[in-house]
Amino acid sequence: MADISSPPAVPTWFDRIKPKSVGRFVTTVLLFLGAWIMVFPFIWMISSSLKPTDEVYDADFSLIPRTFKGFENYYAVIFDQPYLIFLMNSMIVCTGILVIQLLTAIPAAYALAKLKFRGSTILFGTVIAAITIPINVTSIPLYIGLVRVGLLDTYFAMMFPFIVSVFAIFLFRQFFRSFPDSIIRAARVDGFSEIEIILRLILPAAVPAIAAFSVFSFVAHWNDLYWPLIVVQSQDKMTATLSMMQYQSMFDTDYGRTYASATVVTAPMVIAFLFARRLFIRGITMTGVKG
Amino acid sequence: MAQLSLKNIKKSFGDTSVLHGISLDVMDGEFISLVGQSGCGKSTLLRIIAGLEQPDSGDVLIDGKSMLDAAPKDRNIAMVFQDYALYPHMSVGENMAMPLVMAKLPLYARLPVMRRITPAGRNAQPEIRAGVEKVAKQLRIDHLLDRKPAQLSGGQRQRVALGRALVRDPQTFLMDEPLSNLDAKLRVQVRTEITELHASSGLTFIYVTHDQVEAMTMSSRVALLQTGRLLQVGTPNDLFADPETLDVAQFIGSPEINITVGESQNGQVIIGETAIPIALDTTGPIQIGIRPETICIPNVSGLVAAHTATQGHMLKFEKRLVEDLGPEILIHGAFAHAPENIVRIRAQKSDTYGGAGTFAQSNALDVMLNPNQLLFFGPDGKRLRPDFSTAKRAETV
Repeated sequence: MADISSPPAVPTWFDRIKPKSVGRFVTTVLLFLGAWIMVFPFIWMISSSLKPTDEVYDADFSLIPRTFKGFENYYAVIFDQPYLIFLMNSMIVCTGILVIQLLTAIPAAYALAKLKFRGSTILFGTVIAAITIPINVTSIPLYIGLVRVGLLDTYFAMMFPFIVSVFAIFLFRQFFRSFPDSIIRAARVDGFSEIEIILRLILPAAVPAIAAFSVFSFVAHWNDLYWPLIVVQSQDKMTATLSMMQYQSMFDTDYGRTYASATVVTAPMVIAFLFARRLFIRGITMTGVKG
Repeated sequence: MAQLSLKNIKKSFGDTSVLHGISLDVMDGEFISLVGQSGCGKSTLLRIIAGLEQPDSGDVLIDGKSMLDAAPKDRNIAMVFQDYALYPHMSVGENMAMPLVMAKLPLYARLPVMRRITPAGRNAQPEIRAGVEKVAKQLRIDHLLDRKPAQLSGGQRQRVALGRALVRDPQTFLMDEPLSNLDAKLRVQVRTEITELHASSGLTFIYVTHDQVEAMTMSSRVALLQTGRLLQVGTPNDLFADPETLDVAQFIGSPEINITVGESQNGQVIIGETAIPIALDTTGPIQIGIRPETICIPNVSGLVAAHTATQGHMLKFEKRLVEDLGPEILIHGAFAHAPENIVRIRAQKSDTYGGAGTFAQSNALDVMLNPNQLLFFGPDGKRLRPDFSTAKRAETV
């Protein structure tokens, strides 16, 4: 028992971080290790973006560059190439994909969740099955098709494989199912059309789900390298992610600039995530819990 | 005016048959209850009337016209739901305005902003507002119009739901268990309000409930459903006093009617060792329904005799448990001839009721049955009517 007459001990900085038990200490160490594994690639990326190429894969690795080439690398990435065009291309493609995905997925999900029709179970099964098909399977026929119609190197070609997201249909369908049937029935009696039910009742309730999916979709397509690499030919259609590849060639790769480019490309998404963090986390945690 | 007819409605979901051919006529201005246990198909039937479900076969006629191809909004009906089904992100006023907006505005003018800027929207606005305010005043919710449904109590939400249904001036009012989410006290209050609403509006009310008390107290007619079939349709008193089948007799009345076994032979009904001279058309085992309040305990002071029949027939009864309900008591026990079969007796207390001590002497009681108040059923559950007229018995109940 502490003597109540003595003044309480002023906590030092060590008291505040001192682990309360061995178990807590082990947990903290493990979490630190996990966090380090996550963060290290980013630190490496930033560190390498400040180095000249020959130092990036130097045998004696150090995080602090010996020769500081940061200014040159970043200047080259931002000003020697049309960086803003790349950013704009990425924005156009990602926004376009997202808008069309929402336009197609929301009505489809509503139909699968709330309308009764012959074959709805089979259709939903097909949707689930389609989630398992990777883009790599369809990319060759899609590419050949786009070549035939002469649409290679267009925004359309960059968006085309992604305009229907089966994942979005699945996600929204699960979310819409928890929407009370009686409200939909009340709306039908009141004279709402099915489209109005979606617009006026379902959408306002589904904002968290839509926000979460938007972040998923936007980040995924912002970071996508595979498909733009296939269909984009000219520099003025390049996405930000694709622009990193410019510093690589068969003979020589400027790693310093590649990493600087990677940093600049990642930055907008990281900043956006920091702002939308709460929405994003709510969107993930709300899955399965009735909102 | 709205006269509604259901013609042989059948409906099944997958392999489960829910409704097996329901035919029912609802008169204009009538308050009819569809009552039955959960899963009996009453809500499905209501949704078929509303046009929210399509029957597999049969027809729904409103004023003689088939409504099968009509959308819910074209049937001139309004519906109130068990969970109120208010639009959660709209204010009370918006909720109540919605049916009018949908009915009076063309598609392009219904969008939120367009309602303020298009001529059609602006012209209809005063009319919509007046309609909402009138109904809100009538239901005493005019001070709540700016609130969101989440900010309301259960009773207030119920009123808003009623208001949203009333505002479009329907001919037929469909209600799907509207009181079951309210607490007991509020339920009685809203029950009265709905009955008054029916009286003042003169509309046709079709009311779905599983609670036989609600059905009996509110409606002009009750339609009793069981496993997708209509058992009986009639006034509350018809169903109570003159049930067609054992199932009806068991569903209506609280506490539930007592059923005991007996035998019919040679113009007599034999219960245990007691023979009652009643001639039934059948010979052999029968089931006898005895309402808990019609059993008389003549020799115990402190209880009001349930009937003063002089030709009452005595039966041996064994008391097991007595519940005090305030003005009356409920005695659980069994007749001596069928000790497994629990029988309940509801007896009214008189001024001299002496508490638990009233029955202290013995568990064995002599009780008296009034033959006019007995209901007889065959082994198949069909009602067996003795020779004297049903009208005479209905009077005595």
